[in-house]
Amino acid sequence: MAKESGIKSWKELNPGTAITEPGSAAALKTGDWRSMRPETDRDRCIKCGQCYIMCPDMVYTKDAEGYYAQNHYWCKGCGICARECPVGAIMMNEEVD
Amino acid sequence: MSRRVGIEVSLAVAEAVGLCDVDVIAAYPITPQTHIVEHLSELVAEGHLDAEFIPVESEHSAMSACVGSSAAGARTFTSTSSQGYALMSEICYIASTLRLPIVMAVANRAISAPISIWNDHADLMYARDAGWIQLVSENGQEAVDLTFMAFRIAEDKRVSLPVQVNLDGFIMSHVIEPIFLPDAQEVKQFLPPFEPLLRLDPEKPITIGPVGMPDVYTEARKAHDEILKASKPIIGEVFDEFEKQFGRRYKIIETYKIEDAETVIVAMGSLSQTAATAIDAMRQRGVKVGMASIRLFRPFPAAELVEAIGKAKNLVLLDRATVFAGGEISGPVALEVKSALFDRGLSPKTANFLVGIGGRDVTGQNFEEMVERVVTAQKGDLPPYEFINVRE
Amino acid sequence: MVEIRFHGRGGQGAVTSAELTALAAIEEGKFGQAFPSFGPERRGAPVMAFVRVSDTPIVTREKVYQPDIVIVLDPTLLKIVNVEDGLKDGGIVILNTPKSADQVRGESGIKARLAVVDGTKIAVETMRVPIANTTMLGALVKATGLIKMECLQGPIKHRFGPIAEKNLKACSRAFDETQLVEG
Repeated sequence: MAKESGIKSWKELNPGTAITEPGSAAALKTGDWRSMRPETDRDRCIKCGQCYIMCPDMVYTKDAEGYYAQNHYWCKGCGICARECPVGAIMMNEEVD
Repeated sequence: MSRRVGIEVSLAVAEAVGLCDVDVIAAYPITPQTHIVEHLSELVAEGHLDAEFIPVESEHSAMSACVGSSAAGARTFTSTSSQGYALMSEICYIASTLRLPIVMAVANRAISAPISIWNDHADLMYARDAGWIQLVSENGQEAVDLTFMAFRIAEDKRVSLPVQVNLDGFIMSHVIEPIFLPDAQEVKQFLPPFEPLLRLDPEKPITIGPVGMPDVYTEARKAHDEILKASKPIIGEVFDEFEKQFGRRYKIIETYKIEDAETVIVAMGSLSQTAATAIDAMRQRGVKVGMASIRLFRPFPAAELVEAIGKAKNLVLLDRATVFAGGEISGPVALEVKSALFDRGLSPKTANFLVGIGGRDVTGQNFEEMVERVVTAQKGDLPPYEFINVRE
Repeated sequence: MVEIRFHGRGGQGAVTSAELTALAAIEEGKFGQAFPSFGPERRGAPVMAFVRVSDTPIVTREKVYQPDIVIVLDPTLLKIVNVEDGLKDGGIVILNTPKSADQVRGESGIKARLAVVDGTKIAVETMRVPIANTTMLGALVKATGLIKMECLQGPIKHRFGPIAEKNLKACSRAFDETQLVEG
C-alpha cells in the first residue's frame, strides 16, 4: 500500500521530502482514478503508435504483433489516446465492477 | 594564529564568511546590512575569495538563488535586514523545510511604517516561525564566532537546516571594535568541507521541493519540527567544540550575576551589554539583580532558560519589537518565557517592556527604571507589556 | 573609560575621525569602540560620532551622553549646537578654529578646558582640502594624550593609502600648533 500511495511515516520521509528515486511516480497506482477505460479495436488499428506517443502516463507498450497494449495500472482514463487515434480504433467505455 | 584587529563589525562578519570559504553569495544590499555584502563583493572581486557573487535584483531572488545553490551542494551565504527579509520570507520557509543549510546574517532593523532604517528586532521576530535556527550575537566578536559556528551547525548532517546569525543593525553592524579573527587554517580545522545530505546532480537525478498533498504535508512539517528540536543539543556540541579550539565559551542561555539574583533581566542581543553595565551599578547599591540573555531564539531553549531564571522572584522581560496583539498578552520574547515558566508551574512577578524600538537608544538608566518598576509593583498590577521611553 | 563626542557636518569626516581614534586605541592594545549617530548621511547637516577608549572591555551600547572630550570639526557649529552638553567636570572641548582660545571663550561662552587649533588652515596648506578630520586628531593627541601618534599611523595609512602621508603631516602639525587653555 505504502508504495502505491506514497503514504509513509514522517520518520521515513527523505530530507526535505525530496524524491531520490527518478521515475518513482511509476509506482503510484494512478489507474484508480479512471472512470472511462480505453479499449482498442484491433481490426481498425493501423499500428501507427499515436496512442503510445500521446499517452501522458506511459500506458501503451508495443507487443510482439506490433499492436499497442494498455497497462491499466497507470491509465487515468483521460481519453487523449482515443481523441488522437487517426482511425477511431480506441473507444472510451465506462468502467464496470 | 588569530589576530586582534580593530574593524567595523559588518566587515568582520564578511571576513568571517570569507574565512569559511563559501562557494556562493547571493545577496541584495539593504541598510544596515550593506557593508557585509559590499565587503564580500570586494573580497570576491579582488580575488581574495574564490566564490560566485550573484548580484540579484531583489531579496526574493537572493534567497531563491541561495536555495538553488545550496541544493546543488554549494556552501551558500546571504544577508539582509527588515524589508529585505520581508521580501525574501516566502523563500525562507521553503529553504528550511527543504533542509538547505544556508547561512544568513541579519543586521536587525525595524520594519516600516513609518519608514525606519534603524535597529530593532522586528525582522528577527518576523523570521521566528520560518523554521530556521536563529542565533543572536551581543557584540562583534560573537557575530564573527557565530558565523563560523552557523556553518558548522547548518551543515551538520544531523541538522541540515538554514541558520540565521542576528546582529543589531547599526548598534553592532556599524561599530568599530576589537575582534579576534582566526586564520583560514584554523577555520578550516573547525569547519569541515560541506557534504550535503542530498544534492542536485545530473548524474544522479533527484527532485527537491515536490508538492506535499494533505496526506504528506503534516508528516513533512512534523519531520522538520523534529529536526529543529534535535538541533539544540548539536548546537551545544558545536559551542563546546568551538571553545575547545578557540577558547571562547558560548552558551545557549548566557547568564550574568544570576546566582543570587532576586530580579532577573531577560534580554536578547546587544541590549544585554548595556544591561550588564547597569547591573554592575545596581549591584553596587545592593540591588540583587542579574541577567539571562537568549543566545538561541529558535529552537527556543525553554529548559535552559527556566534553569537559569526559575528561582527569580521578579523578571524584567525585554522585547525589542512592537507587538500588535491587542494589549492583553505580552510581547513575543515575553510570551515564550512565560509559556516556558507556565509549563513548569512557575509564576514569578513579571514585567514586559518594549524597548529600543526603531533605533531608540536604550540607556543604563532605562534598565534601572525597569528593575525598579518590577520590584516595587504589586504582582497582578503590571500590564502585559509597557513601552519604555515613549513620550506621553 | 574615556568617552568622546565628535561634532561635525556631513562630509567633514567626523565618523572617520572617530573610527581612527578607536583604531589607534585598539592598535595600542586597549579597547576602543567607535560609532556614528546612525542616520541617513546628509552633506552639511550637523552630525555626531562617538568613541569610547578603555583599558578593560567596553560593555555598553548606549550613546555617549557624558563625554570626557568633545571635538568640534567645524567652528560654525558652535552657534547651532551646545557642544558642552553633558561634558563631564574637568572635560575638554577641542575646537577647529582660526580664533584664539580666549576669543572663542569670550564669544561662545564655553567654560570647560579648551584646546584650539586652526585645523582647516593646516588641512588646506598640507592637503589642499578644507577637511580637518585627521588634522584634528593631532590636537586630540596633544590635548589629552589619550591615543598615541604612532598608533594613528597604521590606521591612517590603511584608510588613506597614497594620501596617508599628507594626513599624517597635517596631524603632526596640528599637534605642534594646538593651544591649550584651562577652564
